[in-house]
Parts: sequence; structure tokens; C-alpha cells
Amino acid sequence: MNKDLVTSLRPALVMTLLFAALLGLAYPLAITGVGQALFPSQANGSLVEKNGRVVGSTIAGQAFASDRYFHSRPSAAGDGYNGLASSGSNLGPTSQALADRVKADVAKYQETTPGRPVPPDLVTTSASGLDPHLSPEAAFYQVDRVARVRGLAPAAGRKLVEESVEAPLLGFLGEPRVNVFDLNRRLDSFGAKPAA
Amino acid sequence: MTFQGWLLIIVFVGILLAITKPMGRWLYSLYEGQRTPLHRILGPVEAAFYRLSGIDPNEEQGWRRYAVHMLIFNLILLLFTYAVLRLQGVLPLNPLGYEGVGPDGAFNTAVSFTTNTNWQWYSGEATLSNLSQMLGLTIQNFLSAATGIALAFALFRGFARRGAATIGNFWADMTRVTLYLLLPICIVYAIFLIANGVPQTLAGSVDVATLEGAKQTLALGPVASQEAIKMLGTNGGGFFNANSAHPFENPNALTNLVQMLSIFSIGFGLTWTFGKAVGNPRQGWAILAAMVTIFLAGVTITYWQEAAGNPILHDLGVAGGNMEGKEVRFGIAASSLFSVVTTAASCGAVNAMHDSFTALGGLIPLFNIQLGEVVVGGVGAGIYGFLLFAILAIFVAGLMVGRTPEYVGKKIEAREVKLAVLAIAVLPLVILGFTAIASVTEAGLAGPLNKGPHGFSEILYAFTSAAGNNGSAFAGLSANTPFYNGLLGVAMWLGRFFVIIPMLAIAGGLAAKKYTPETAGSFPTTGLLWTGLLIGIVLIVGGLTFLPSLALGPIADHLAMTGGQLF
Repeated sequence: MNKDLVTSLRPALVMTLLFAALLGLAYPLAITGVGQALFPSQANGSLVEKNGRVVGSTIAGQAFASDRYFHSRPSAAGDGYNGLASSGSNLGPTSQALADRVKADVAKYQETTPGRPVPPDLVTTSASGLDPHLSPEAAFYQVDRVARVRGLAPAAGRKLVEESVEAPLLGFLGEPRVNVFDLNRRLDSFGAKPAA
Repeated sequence: MTFQGWLLIIVFVGILLAITKPMGRWLYSLYEGQRTPLHRILGPVEAAFYRLSGIDPNEEQGWRRYAVHMLIFNLILLLFTYAVLRLQGVLPLNPLGYEGVGPDGAFNTAVSFTTNTNWQWYSGEATLSNLSQMLGLTIQNFLSAATGIALAFALFRGFARRGAATIGNFWADMTRVTLYLLLPICIVYAIFLIANGVPQTLAGSVDVATLEGAKQTLALGPVASQEAIKMLGTNGGGFFNANSAHPFENPNALTNLVQMLSIFSIGFGLTWTFGKAVGNPRQGWAILAAMVTIFLAGVTITYWQEAAGNPILHDLGVAGGNMEGKEVRFGIAASSLFSVVTTAASCGAVNAMHDSFTALGGLIPLFNIQLGEVVVGGVGAGIYGFLLFAILAIFVAGLMVGRTPEYVGKKIEAREVKLAVLAIAVLPLVILGFTAIASVTEAGLAGPLNKGPHGFSEILYAFTSAAGNNGSAFAGLSANTPFYNGLLGVAMWLGRFFVIIPMLAIAGGLAAKKYTPETAGSFPTTGLLWTGLLIGIVLIVGGLTFLPSLALGPIADHLAMTGGQLF
């Protein structure tokens, strides 16, 4: 036993240092170099710039509070869509706090869009708090409100959503979804067209 | 439940069954120390590592030496990561200027990543520098996985060798697995992830002016390189707090499928390697059949419950399945599947928040870990854990027919059975004992976010996850306290090494035994009867041990949920 202890010390120490250099430094740094060279956009967060300023990432969600925009899902990341505090609500199925929150959100949506059942993803928080997507139902649900506030024809709004729906890969990988950031950018440029 | 959802589950299992044999073959060549095509590039690295650390890879070790060398290596690794985390504030590659991690937190995380648990009390993007993620954690993700596979090789040799005093060389096993299996796959895997949108940069964050003009800061970092080994090595420690639910860790349905496949791929392969090592691949397929059966039963229950949704929300006018704590791009099917995969294997990555699952949907992940994570299981740990159950199962079969049981040519006698029971008993002792302590002390009861039975589930899940070396959580629990950091750290250490030591003792004892040829009186261990017996033993041992605790937590929660009772 004692002899085993003694014989293990040198390999344990040296192997730790060697693997630290290989796996802790060389591997991630080499991957960083390759990633930055081959896929610079993705490697830096798939960012979108407008007038020289970063306005968002195409794969991470952001908050939309104004009725002029399609709202993202409720978020438990900090005060909502905090990119330094990703998190779900972690409220369990029998949580009073969950029921109260959902009740309030349902009431809020039924005020602007009365008479239709609210799609589940619109009143539940995502796992990350940075969910970039809505279900198509949750996007269509908001069309009338957005169209009314922007003075658009509802049909034009619906068409915009239809064009934004992404289908599952190969028909079964993932869910049909709408990227809220993309949809709202289209909305902004759609509104800008007549003025141009 | 939808047709597309089931198609995903079927395709997922189909791909895994298709790669079981090639993966198993590759692992077998590493088990045997054979030369692979990769030796042309990496052979010199391997040789240099041995030379610098003074190792003769051909020097065989008995089980005691194998165990001591493995333990000392893990202890040094633990100290290394502890030091990196504590010194983070003065080390480079710290773009967001985070301070050193406190002593209890650094202890917990160092144990967590060394034991392949990856329990995380912290939020990665708000606590750790890029250097800590790379040098402190990524290295452990590789080496804890390699240690697990090396240990499985040692046990395989115990079954395969005849009248031998040794079970291999720990350093050679661990180094070969790292260099010729984990590292090459991770290089390709990480680049695939970057192409799909996983960031890989040394920057810490980027400021965004949103379309509404608000400021949003998005955390970035060298995510892809860590994500790859996090999944392949069944580690599960996320770069970000939200883990594989975060769009930067798991951007789309394709990365999600690949992540799930990579959790299981080595575990599936190792069953074949075992069969090959003991001279009959059908021995491996019989084990895999038992694993896949239990796995699919779990998937069915969780998917069914999550798709059925929460009746309390239905009453509020929100129809449909349970989307609280789930991402739209994955939906209910891929979230349910992921949760069962990650807990059946000892991974612990999550793409949905288990805490917000329906009561029975969340029971399955919990129960999966309580079974000992032997349903495929962590890399290496799954198969050696399962073989402990196989020893128990063949012993029970031997009692029934009244003769000394044999398994793959080795007589299973009192010593093996005692040691197997010892190893299997560690998990319930730690989980139930520590949960009991936390449930009656002020420090423990301060943890849960949710009230009522779900609060108890949060505590039970934490100690289950720690002792089972899983790392997933009912994450509402506020675990960043000296009480939880300390107790969970101890639970992780006991759950890892107090299973490993008896397991290696079994390996050493078996290696010394003579070969006992199969006779007409031997219990066949390749057919359906054996697979059924394995399933029965795993479920009975796990079920009987943990049912009372499950009744207090998720089952009570389910009754409350269906009765509309809120807490």
C-alpha cells in the first residue's frame, strides 16, 4: 500500500500538468482558432448589426414589452432575458406562485385579445429564460394586436407570421416555431417600406 | 403525444443501436491496447506523456495498486481544480473580472467535476472566468470520463482473465481513452457545434441594444470546446446556468439530437466491448436489452405525463402539454426524451427544467438516478454499476436452482456477492441518510424554493443527483450554502469512490479465478430469461429502497396536482 502511494505520486503530478496543458489550454484554444477562422459569425454569438450597433443575436431571445412588437415568452432570466443570468422559474406543478403568475398573464393577454384560449408557451417561462422562439400559434395569437397598434391590415400581419414559421428539420426534428427577433425585424422593415 | 415525437424516440434508439458495434469495437481496441490509425498522429504524444511521468504502460497492476494510483490521481486533480477556482481573480482570461471562488464553493465544484457529477451550485456565466471553465473544468470533463472507462476496462479484465494477479495499467487505460477516443471525437464535435451557433471565443460578453432600445448583455466564451466533452463524457456541467437549454449551448433540434446521442454513445458501445472481452458479444447485447427496456419505459411515462400537462394550468384556461421550463425549439417530446437520457446516463445536462416537470414526469428522472444510473449509465460507471447488479442477479438465480452461480465463466461466490451488495448499498445509504438530515435541520430546510411535497422532492433530488454522480437538479433549491456545498460534496465523493473500491476488489478477485466452462446446468446469461431477471433485480432493488421517499415527494405531489391543491 505504502509503496503504491509512493509510486503513484510522480505520474499523478506530471500527468495532471501534461493533461492540463493539452486539454485545458491547447484543445480549447485550438478550437477557438479554428472556430474563429471557419465560422466567425457563429463563434461570436450569431450577432446582427444595424447602423454599426449590435441589435441582437439570431439565436438568443430578447425582451419585447411594447404592443408594437410580438412579445417573447415570459422569462425567468433575471428581470427577463438577462443574458448574464440564464434560468428557468423552477416552479413546480403545484406552486401557488406559478398559478398566480400564469393567471395574471392569461388575464393580460385576454384583455388585448379577448375570446381566444392563450397558447401555453405564451404564458409559461422557458428553461433558459432566453428562448428565441414562439410557437406559430402564439405568434398568430398576437397578430391582431400588433396590426391594430401599427395600423396594418391583419391579413398582412398574418402573412408576415406565415413567412416566418420555421418547419421541423426532416419533418420530425424540433417543433414548428417562429423566431421573435427575426419576426419583429421584418415587422420594422415592413413598416418602413411605404415611407421609402 | 405525437407521431413526430415517437418518431424522434425511435430514430434516436435506432441510431444508437447502429453505432453500438463500431463504438464497441473501437473501445475494444483501446481495451486491448491495440494500435489504431490515430496512433500515427497521437502515438508520439502518448509515448511522451509516459516518458515524462515515468510510466511503463506495459507494467501490469494488481487491483490495489490500480485503485491507489487512480485515487491519488483524482485527488491531485481535485486539488488542481480547487486551486484554479480559488485563484481565478489573479489568473488571466477573466474578461468579466470575476473574483476567486469561496472555499466551500470551490471544494464542492472541484469534487463535483472530478467525480463526473458536475453538480453546479453556481451560475457559470456569473461566476467563472474563461480560464476556470477551460483549465479548471474542461480537463476534469475529459479525465473523469476517462477514469470511468478505465475502471470499466479493469472490471472487464477481471471477468476475462484466468488465474491472473493483475487487471491492467491505470495510466495506460486512462491515457489511451483520452487520446484516442475522447479528444478526437471532441475536436470534430466542437467544430460541428460552432457551425450550428455555439460560441467559441475568448471574449466574455457582448452588449446588445435591443430593437426596443433596451440594453442586453449576452455572456459568451469558449463554449463549444466544453460542450462537446460535457456531453460525450456524460459530465453535464453547463457553461451557462441554463445548461443545454441555453440557446448558446444547444441552438437547434439537430444539435439537441446529437447531444442526446453523444450522452449514450460510449455507454452503448461499452456493453458490446464487455461481450467481446468475455468472448461472446451476446453477453453484451443481453445487458443492453435490459437497459433499453427500462429506458423506454421511463421515456414513455415522462413523455405521456408532460404531454398530458398540468391540470391546474388547464383550469386557468391554458390548454395542452406542460411548457413551463421548456424551450419552444425542443418542445415536449425532445425535452422529455432528453430528461430521461441524461438521468439514465449519469450525465446531468438538461435542456428543460426538471423542477417544473409534472409530478410523475419529474419522478422518472429522479428514479433513474436512484436505480444507480445503470440504465446505460455514465461512461464506464454505467457498465461497471450494471455488472454489480448482474452479480446479484446471477446469485439470485443460483439460489433458485440451488447451485453455485457462474457468470461468463467465473464462479460467483460469497466474496463477490458481499462486495457487490456493499457497493450497491452506498447509494441508498447516502441518499436517504443525507436527505433525512437536510429534512430536519434548519440549514437544510432553508434550501427549497417550492413548498409542500415538491420542496421535499427538491432536497431528495439534490442528494440523489450528488450521490449518483448525475449533476442535474430540481434547480429551485438554493444550494449555495456551506451546508449544502459541504454535504453534497461529501455525497458526491462517497457515491463515486465507495462504489469503485469494492468494484475493483471484485475485479481483482475474479481475475485470479480459474475459468469455469459452461455446462448444461449453468444458468444461460444471453437470453430473454436473463434479460428479464436483470430488469427485475434492478427495479426491485431500486424500487424497494426508494419507494417510501418517492411517496413523500413526487407521488404526493401528483395527488395534490390532480386534486388542484396548491402550496
